[in-house]
Amino acid sequence: MAADMLVVQELNKTFSTPSGTVIALDRIGLQVKQGELITIIGPSGCGKSTLLKIVAGLDTDYEGSVRLNGKQIDGPSIEKGFIFQEPRLFPWLTVEKNIAGNLSLKKPDIREKVTELIELVRLTGFEKAYPRELSGGMAQRVAIARALLRNPDVLLLDEPFGALDAFTRSHMQEVLLDIWQKNRTTMLFVTHDLDEAVFLGNRVVMMNPRPGHIRKVLTIDLPYPRKRASQSFQELRHHVLKEFEKVEEPAIDHGAGI
Amino acid sequence: MQAGTEGALAPLTAGKGSRGQKRRRLSIRSMNVLLGWLLPVALLAVWQGAGMMGMLNATLLPTPGVIVEEFVSLTASGELLRHLEVSTWRALLGFLLGGGLGLAAGLWVGFSYKIERLLDPSLQMLRTLPHLAVAPLFILWFGFDETSKILLIAKGAFFPLYVNTFLGIRSVDGKLFDVARVLQFNRWQLITKLILPASLPNILLGLRLSIGVAWLGLVVAEMMGSSEGIGFLINDARYLSITSLVFVGIILFALIGKLTDSLVKLLERRLLRWQEGYQGGDNR
Repeated sequence: MAADMLVVQELNKTFSTPSGTVIALDRIGLQVKQGELITIIGPSGCGKSTLLKIVAGLDTDYEGSVRLNGKQIDGPSIEKGFIFQEPRLFPWLTVEKNIAGNLSLKKPDIREKVTELIELVRLTGFEKAYPRELSGGMAQRVAIARALLRNPDVLLLDEPFGALDAFTRSHMQEVLLDIWQKNRTTMLFVTHDLDEAVFLGNRVVMMNPRPGHIRKVLTIDLPYPRKRASQSFQELRHHVLKEFEKVEEPAIDHGAGI
Repeated sequence: MQAGTEGALAPLTAGKGSRGQKRRRLSIRSMNVLLGWLLPVALLAVWQGAGMMGMLNATLLPTPGVIVEEFVSLTASGELLRHLEVSTWRALLGFLLGGGLGLAAGLWVGFSYKIERLLDPSLQMLRTLPHLAVAPLFILWFGFDETSKILLIAKGAFFPLYVNTFLGIRSVDGKLFDVARVLQFNRWQLITKLILPASLPNILLGLRLSIGVAWLGLVVAEMMGSSEGIGFLINDARYLSITSLVFVGIILFALIGKLTDSLVKLLERRLLRWQEGYQGGDNR
């Protein structure tokens, strides 16, 4: 069994607001092994995106221990690839130059890897296209290729397919699984889509809000490719849904923030 | 009706466009160009007609024909070219000096909040000073020779580039900064790969405005006192009541202004190919 690559222990995060302190994350603990694909799901306000931003190093104002390969995370770095909700491409650069970013396409090894990645994310033929010429799904695939070019130890995805239509989304999920199976990149995938969480994850981390806390971690033992219509998939989905309902209720009982 | 539906469907049915369609698109484009000429040509025709019928005072409003004659004879004698050369040189130097400094100051102020607090209030105050108000001072300080003229032009050209460069840098999408952080751009890459390209549309707009203002400043500078240049030509003709010559000067300014503007627009189209913009709803 591989060792834990990413270890989160006793992670607390609070926000100061004019009406007082809000606990965004409450004693989060999570171990992720090399090559795992973890999905994190929960209602809005459960702190799942905050957790991801902390792991990315985009938010360093936290208490507790967040270690990648044994090193405390204190800022962004290329070891932690990040896919935002929107593609966030540079509009003045072509697809290939967007992927290269601050790396030079004139270097043969970079050029070769960019070509490979364009093929991997199925964008061959669009190397010279500008972002405005791409659909939402294509643009997001460019963003994924951009992150992968840096060989990240862990790829963090913050609801990356949330803005896409259902067909594009399921296509993107397959593309992502394809990438994961070929590269075995460790991934942390935040979503609010139950199907997506079960379809993609080796494990599904369920969080509840106010304060943001991990309620349950569910191992999904189904082999890939998973069939959404299969009975076992539906059972697991139902299981998560039921947990979800249990998560929702206490929040309503407390009447907090609704 | 028939043609309208066909036109609307055409892009769907044929991606690359058949030959017939291409020809039609071409003719639509030339139609749009003709549309731009419609008003000036009609105006000229009416003007010429009215002049020839003796409805206009030839001293106040010479006909287009007379103006063209003046233009031709002035060009033939080489006089026009000499004045044009002097004026272009002045405008160019003034623009390079003022625009260059404006760009530099815009970048400097744009990159630092502290510098902004230090410089921007004073610069904004100077910006509102009209050419005509400071011209006497410039003459007093630098005399009637080239320095005062070039500095006056530079003063005008400075501000559009300064303001727009500054604005461009400050309006870079903050979300892209997060991307740059994740990809670990260093400071130099942040400037050259994110901030400058993102503010390029604004910088180019500043460039266009600066060139325009440089020509405006030139007229003021040359009318203030000069023995050469298009501005002098206009002023001199006014004293001698050669109205057709005044018109030649004005038209020359208009042509040069349009020409330089088109050049910058061409530059824009090349550099800002990545941008999508609203072209007007009936641009077909």
